[in-house]
Amino acid sequence: MAETTEIRWHGRGGQGTVTAAKVLADACLSGGRHVQAFPEYGPERAGAPLRAYNRISAKELRMHCPVLAPDVVSVVDATLLDSINIAEGAKEDTVFLVNTTKEPKEVREKLKAGAGQKIFTVDATKIALDCFGRAMPNSPMLGALCKVTGLITLDHLLEDVRKSFGKKFAQKVIDGNIEATKRGYEEVREG
Amino acid sequence: MAKVVAVTGNEAVAEALRQVNPDVCGIYPITPQTDMMQRYASFINNGKVDTEAVLVESEHSSMSACIGASAAGGRVVTATSSTGLALMWEMLHIASGDRLPIIMPVVNRALSAPLNIHGDHSDAMGARDTGWIQIWSENGQEAYDNTIQAFRIGEHMDIRLPAMVCMDGFIISHSIERMEYLEDAEVKKFVGEFKNLHPLLDLDKPKSYGPLILTDLFHEYKRAQHEVMTKVKGVVLEVAGEFEKLSGRKYGLFESYRLEDADIALVILNSAAGTSKDVVDAFRDRGIKAGLLKPRLFRPFPYEEVAAALKNTKAVCVMDRADSFGGYGPLFMEVSSALYQLRNRPALINKIYGLGGRDYLPSHAELVLNELDGIAKGGKINVFKEYIGVRE
Repeated sequence: MAETTEIRWHGRGGQGTVTAAKVLADACLSGGRHVQAFPEYGPERAGAPLRAYNRISAKELRMHCPVLAPDVVSVVDATLLDSINIAEGAKEDTVFLVNTTKEPKEVREKLKAGAGQKIFTVDATKIALDCFGRAMPNSPMLGALCKVTGLITLDHLLEDVRKSFGKKFAQKVIDGNIEATKRGYEEVREG
Repeated sequence: MAKVVAVTGNEAVAEALRQVNPDVCGIYPITPQTDMMQRYASFINNGKVDTEAVLVESEHSSMSACIGASAAGGRVVTATSSTGLALMWEMLHIASGDRLPIIMPVVNRALSAPLNIHGDHSDAMGARDTGWIQIWSENGQEAYDNTIQAFRIGEHMDIRLPAMVCMDGFIISHSIERMEYLEDAEVKKFVGEFKNLHPLLDLDKPKSYGPLILTDLFHEYKRAQHEVMTKVKGVVLEVAGEFEKLSGRKYGLFESYRLEDADIALVILNSAAGTSKDVVDAFRDRGIKAGLLKPRLFRPFPYEEVAAALKNTKAVCVMDRADSFGGYGPLFMEVSSALYQLRNRPALINKIYGLGGRDYLPSHAELVLNELDGIAKGGKINVFKEYIGVRE
C-alpha cells in the first residue's frame, strides 16, 4: 500500500459503519502511524445512506476534508449499489469491498470495474446473524477489510474490537463480534 | 511519557480539562460542543475530578455562574458553540471587564438563521470585541495543547483575562485523529495551583465587583483593559516556550509555513489551514513559491509580527470562514490593518469559504493560489472580496 491509505465507507444509519471506521483508526495507531476517522454528518436517521472516512499514514495527516479519491471503498449495505455512485472519485487501482450475497464477478460487472480495480465480497450480514443474531455487519466488514488491505494483523484487530465493544456491550455480544470479525477475515472472496 | 491516542477534538479538550481539574464548570449543551461537556460531566459524576458542576438553563446563565464563581475565587471553565456564545454576549464583556480568567473552549459553528449546526467562524468572530483572549486551533492536538496553555495565559498575574480556545465544529470536534496526551502530573505541574486575586470569599477584605463607574473613571478603566492586552503576546510566547520544553510541540503567535521566501501566501485559520498546507507543498513541488500563515492568537492580534512575516510576499489572500456582511471578512480586516503600516506591501484579496460547514477542498486552495500566482506576476486584481466553493 502507498504511504497514505484513504478509505471511504458507505453504509446506512444503524449498521455500525461509523463505529467500524473508529475501531479501524484505533487499531491502525500501532507502529507510530497517523490516523483519522470521521463521518459525514447529516440528519441522523436509521436507514439513511451515510459515508464515513479513514486516512492512515506514516506521515502527519493535515488534510481535513472528505476522502475524494479513495484507495479503498467499503460498502456495508449492498442496496446502496443501486442508489448512489459508490465508485465516485475511484482510482485505477481502487479496491472495492462489498457486503453482499453475490459473487465478486457479479459485483464487478455491476460496477463496470476496471482491470486494475480489485473487487472483494463477503456476506457480512449473514455472518453477523450467525454470530450474534443481529444484522449488524460492521465487525465482519472490519475483518474482511483487515484481510484485503493488510493494514493490521487479525490478532491486533481482534484486540481492538474487544476493547471498543467492551466499553458498551455484554460479554456475549463481544464474543459474537470477535467470532464475526474472524469469519469476515476468513470468508472474504476476490473476483 | 506521552500517551498516543486516537480521539475526537471534543474528547481531547475534555481530557485537558480533566487534567487541569478546575473548581467550577458551567454546563449547558449545544451542538457540537455538547459531547465535550457530557464527557466532562461523566468525569464529575465518576469522581475523576473535584469540579463543582453548575447546570444552568441557558448560556447567559452559564457565563453568569462562571463570573460569580470566578469572582468568588475559583478556577472556572465552561464551553459553548454558535448561538450559545451569542447568548453569552452581555456576560462576556462582564467577565473581561471584571478581569476574571475564565477558560472557555468554543467549538466553532455557524450562527442562525437559517439554522445550521456545522462549522464556521461566525460565532467567535462575533465575540472578537468582547475583551477576551482568543486562541485558535487547527486540530485536536492543538485544541488540547491550547486549552492547557490558556490557563497559564489567562491566569497570569500580569494578565487576568478570560480566554476562549477555538476549534472547528464537527471537522475537528467530531473527527478522530491521532494525538498525544501529556501525563496528568505534567499538566497539573504546568498549570500550577490557581492563584487568587481579590476573591469575594475573602471575607476579611470585603470588595465589590462591577460597580457603577460613570464619566469620572470609566474611560481610564477601559484604558487599563487596553493596556493589559498589550502584555498578552509576551505571556503567550513565554508559556509556549515552557510548553515546548514539556511536550516538544512548538507554538507561537501564529504559524509560518514555508513563508520565508514565499511570493504568494494564504492567511487562513484552523482546520482549513491543514488542508491548505498540503496544497502549498504541491505548488512548491511545481516551483511556485507558496506559503501560509495560520493565526493562533487572534485577540490580541499580533499586527507587527504578521506584517513582518508577510512583508516580502507579492500577493496574499486572506481566507475567511465568516463574513461581516457589508464589510470584508473579519480576518481580512485585521491582516489589511497590519499590512497598511508597511511601505511596500503585497497585493491583498479576500475569499469567503466554508460557511455552515461547506467542505473546504484542496481544489479551493489550488484555485486561490493560482489566482495569487497570476497577481504576483503582474496580473490585475479582478475582485477584492469573493465567495468561493459556492453554487451560483
